Amino acid sequence: MPVVKADLGLCQGYANCIMAAGDYFDLDDDGVVILLRTEVDEADRKRVTEAANSCPVSALRVEDE
Amino acid sequence: MTTAIVGASIAGVRAAQALRAEGYRGDVVLIGSEPVLPYDKPPLSKGYLVGAGAAEVTLLTAAEALELNIDLRLGVPAVGLDRALSELRLANGRRVGFDDLVVATGVRARPSPWGEGEGIHVLRTLDDADRLRAELVPDRRIIVIGAGFIGAEVAATALGLGVDVTLVSATRDLMSRRLGDEIGALFSQKHSRHGVHAVLGRTVAQIDGAKGDFRVLLDDGSELHGDVVVIGIGAVPNVEWLEDSGLEIDDGLVCDEFLTALGAPEIHAIGDVARWRHPVRGDLTRLEHWTNAVDQARCVAHNIAHPDDRRSYLPVEYVWSDQFNWKLHIVGRTTAVNPEMVTDPRTPDRIASLYSQNGLSFDGAVVLNWPRALVEVRRSIAAGSSLSDVRVRLGRLLESASG
Repeated sequence: MPVVKADLGLCQGYANCIMAAGDYFDLDDDGVVILLRTEVDEADRKRVTEAANSCPVSALRVEDE
Repeated sequence: MTTAIVGASIAGVRAAQALRAEGYRGDVVLIGSEPVLPYDKPPLSKGYLVGAGAAEVTLLTAAEALELNIDLRLGVPAVGLDRALSELRLANGRRVGFDDLVVATGVRARPSPWGEGEGIHVLRTLDDADRLRAELVPDRRIIVIGAGFIGAEVAATALGLGVDVTLVSATRDLMSRRLGDEIGALFSQKHSRHGVHAVLGRTVAQIDGAKGDFRVLLDDGSELHGDVVVIGIGAVPNVEWLEDSGLEIDDGLVCDEFLTALGAPEIHAIGDVARWRHPVRGDLTRLEHWTNAVDQARCVAHNIAHPDDRRSYLPVEYVWSDQFNWKLHIVGRTTAVNPEMVTDPRTPDRIASLYSQNGLSFDGAVVLNWPRALVEVRRSIAAGSSLSDVRVRLGRLLESASG
């Protein structure tokens, strides 16, 4: 199953990922991404990949485990 | 089937990637005018100037292009379009045929109206950034003309490098056209506090001298002296290569609500060069925003891969800027009316200013240093919430933080 990974050191809190896939991502009070889940349903792969591609600092990756 | 994409910056690269994500099986040719791997522009006025490597701004490597079967052609600009033959003409004389064409040629820095030459910089390309970065050494005197996003970011970044910075702007405050008076004033104060010498409400009449000894004359007769000048006064669309194509050009490539050129269903435009009919407001709109380029790329890739299920493009405008330790976010439309300010009393640097054209609808916000508020306003704009809804949501944020 694909998984989504976040580089918390890169994240700048732009929230683009939340707009693309709010069921996978949120932000904490300091503006760092929170992964609400890491395993990506196959049906969500395109949407979560788009969310990762919309990150201005490329802090997110969808990988096949 | 072939889709040719002209322009290999964020819009063009994301369009190529999105075509593959959409399952497009045709050839994808990505044509870039610069002889370097596609790179990202926002860091060029921030992290790249303080020493980030080229790899950190690369948007697409040769290996990634190969993996996605994207035919990457760099260093050769497109110089013309032959619509009758559905062919592009490249600067090296070659032609590229296409079934769909994506125009993503972006904008270039508006050139200096006060002369050009060594020591007078604009900032748009990696090449520009390399030249500017070589100048940013401690105690060098730099005069930045224009206090839009680029000017303000260059000023903040240069100051952090120990450069002596003077910032000149015709506006009363930094970035005030987009931020409104109050937050614009906060940014003016912030820059001054950090040591930027801001000369506001003044225009430049003339630049004399040479590198190491420039004299910038202002409209009130006063003079500024500097070693280097950086000019950030906006950008102009790269459309000259389309001038004999028969397509409608007017401050960008004019498109319908599907981002398709008028009368040319096989030609699409995305990113800073696209001037499209806004599906709700009905006016022609052109945005020079990173997120807009990404979203338009996704929309056009979908429309090319699924021509029977085309979608119009309705943006949620979003821009950010990082200056010193402040994070600024602008969502939606933030012009024309006085905003309503919401401040976190425990953290006064956290501010949201809410814009409503009629007192009822929620049309835009400027958010400063307040990540949870940014999430709330972005969700609210996307959901079409009312101004009073947004007030309630921000109130809850403040309550939950204090409880």
